[in-house]
Amino acid sequence: MISANLPILHVIVPLIGAPLGLMFRRSPTGAWLLALIISWFTLADSLALLLIVSGGEAVSYEIGDWAAPWGIEYRVDMLAAYLIVIVSGIGAVTMLYARQSVEAEIPRDRIYLFYTMYLLTLSGLLGIATTGDTFNLFVFLEISSLSTYVMVSLGAERRALTAAFRYLVLGTLGATFYVIGVGLMYQMTGTLNMADLVNRLPEVAETRTILAAVAFLTVGIGLKLGLFPVHVWLPNAYTYAPSVVTAFLAATATKVAVYVLVRIYYTLFKGGVFETLPVDEILLALSIVAIVAMSAVAIFQTNVKRLLAYSSVAQIGYMLIGISLATITGLTAGILHLFNHALMKGALFLALGCVFFRIRSVNVDDMAGLAKVMPWTMAAFVTGGLSLIGIPLTVGFVSKWYLILATLEKEWWPLAAAILFSSLLAVIYMWRVIEVAYFRERPAGAVSIGEAPLAMLVPMWVLVGANVYFGIDTDLTVGTARAAAALLMGG
Amino acid sequence: MNRHSILRVVAKLMIPYILLFALYVQFHGDFGPGGGFQAGVIFAAAFILYALIFGIENGRKVLPARINRIVMAGGVLLYCLVGLAGMFLGSEFLDYNVLGPTPVAGQHYGILLVELGVGLTVSSTMIAIFYVFAGQDI
Repeated sequence: MISANLPILHVIVPLIGAPLGLMFRRSPTGAWLLALIISWFTLADSLALLLIVSGGEAVSYEIGDWAAPWGIEYRVDMLAAYLIVIVSGIGAVTMLYARQSVEAEIPRDRIYLFYTMYLLTLSGLLGIATTGDTFNLFVFLEISSLSTYVMVSLGAERRALTAAFRYLVLGTLGATFYVIGVGLMYQMTGTLNMADLVNRLPEVAETRTILAAVAFLTVGIGLKLGLFPVHVWLPNAYTYAPSVVTAFLAATATKVAVYVLVRIYYTLFKGGVFETLPVDEILLALSIVAIVAMSAVAIFQTNVKRLLAYSSVAQIGYMLIGISLATITGLTAGILHLFNHALMKGALFLALGCVFFRIRSVNVDDMAGLAKVMPWTMAAFVTGGLSLIGIPLTVGFVSKWYLILATLEKEWWPLAAAILFSSLLAVIYMWRVIEVAYFRERPAGAVSIGEAPLAMLVPMWVLVGANVYFGIDTDLTVGTARAAAALLMGG
Repeated sequence: MNRHSILRVVAKLMIPYILLFALYVQFHGDFGPGGGFQAGVIFAAAFILYALIFGIENGRKVLPARINRIVMAGGVLLYCLVGLAGMFLGSEFLDYNVLGPTPVAGQHYGILLVELGVGLTVSSTMIAIFYVFAGQDI
């Protein structure tokens, strides 16, 4: 029974866990345990799925036994399985880390709500990656987004509320645009099933309705993934959300939105969309601005969480560059960076969570001399930072290597130069933090603090270790990304 | 206390019929227009009318927030458990065919239970939203 239902268990188990989480009103530890067990279950399920589909065959599941174009079909192929592993893996590690950090940042009587919302978000994100139905995808997009707004608003400062509200307004706009796009496609083809759309779209691909649909889908998903000019919700949401939430969202939510974009361009339209509408050129131009301008903005931030948030917008630019190149190498680089960026941002934000846990602040100036009292945390931060910059032996290097390879294949030298230049900017903004933490003295009269608790250090170092491990042994990540890219380009 | 006697009398007269109509919409959903969502909203409207006329305090006595929260989660759980039942009986998630002795009976039970879950969650969520806007904690 388990094996036949593998493609759906990772979606419905967190969904059932969420209402159960409401029982743990007086027992935050109970709610945490529930979320932890479910997160690890989804990780096991998704690894099993990855193993099954790594042969190249997609797994299909018909909900309620209704046949595919009419009923809702879940379809897990290589790319979907890869993404499910990213989301559930990050979820499992952050939950391991979460207990003390959440107790320190969220009022005790609301902790059970946090875990409930986390489980809903997990279910929504995994559902987006699993479903083969465009409207069902919208439903999961809303499940994950609505619960994300609540998680952001749980931040300790009152500004978290305005950040969450702004995210809500823009996120709803994005979801609306997505559903308008789906509606237009439905109007022309009469189907919502992705596999069915693939067959029916070519006939009508040149019509104005479908062009409008592509525009709506691009802008809608662009809002969700923090595409450069419409990213304005992202810095505040990441800055004021609780540390665990920031780490989880930065590593998963935007990645899932990028996945949706890849699905639309390469699965639904088979890359043909770039011939009728210059979305690839538009995305490329915006991404180049993003990687340079947002890295430059990051340099001037005094709040380290906000600094990393701007850096996230720049890093999403790298993924979109890879995707808009429309070559196998480019797509490999984009998909690879989904995984690698999740690892590095996860590690960095978890390190900041440890910093906040001890000094109740993530301002650069407050972090003076921190490396002496919290050596392990700051070492993790430095390693994550090196990975972000793209130093060899880290995952960041692998991503950038393939990205630059892809630009050189097209002989677009200025683009390669822009990528290198933005990496240099990353050196500057990471160095600002490292300099303060390592080469300045702790201010006189500062409260004496120790290293973060072991229960937080271990999960953080698991992610840091993954940064290094997947930077050296690239078989799994590059192999999967390349296979997924080849399927998308050839399919 | 006895001001607005017309409103009070009319509300008292209306509320049972609103509740009854909600149940009709709920259980007639298989045969005609209706279903859990609409029924839930109508059911909640009766509660909200009661709370508006007779005061939030009395409304909370009828339906304490704690119970409301259990119903809210319970509806979702009912939906999911029906889905799981299909899975445990050897078919796919949310397959109603296997729930009854014949597929038709199974579909009937399945949709009835699932819509009941929707109705419970929608009505208690509407009531919770009303309580929050009326200045109370849920």
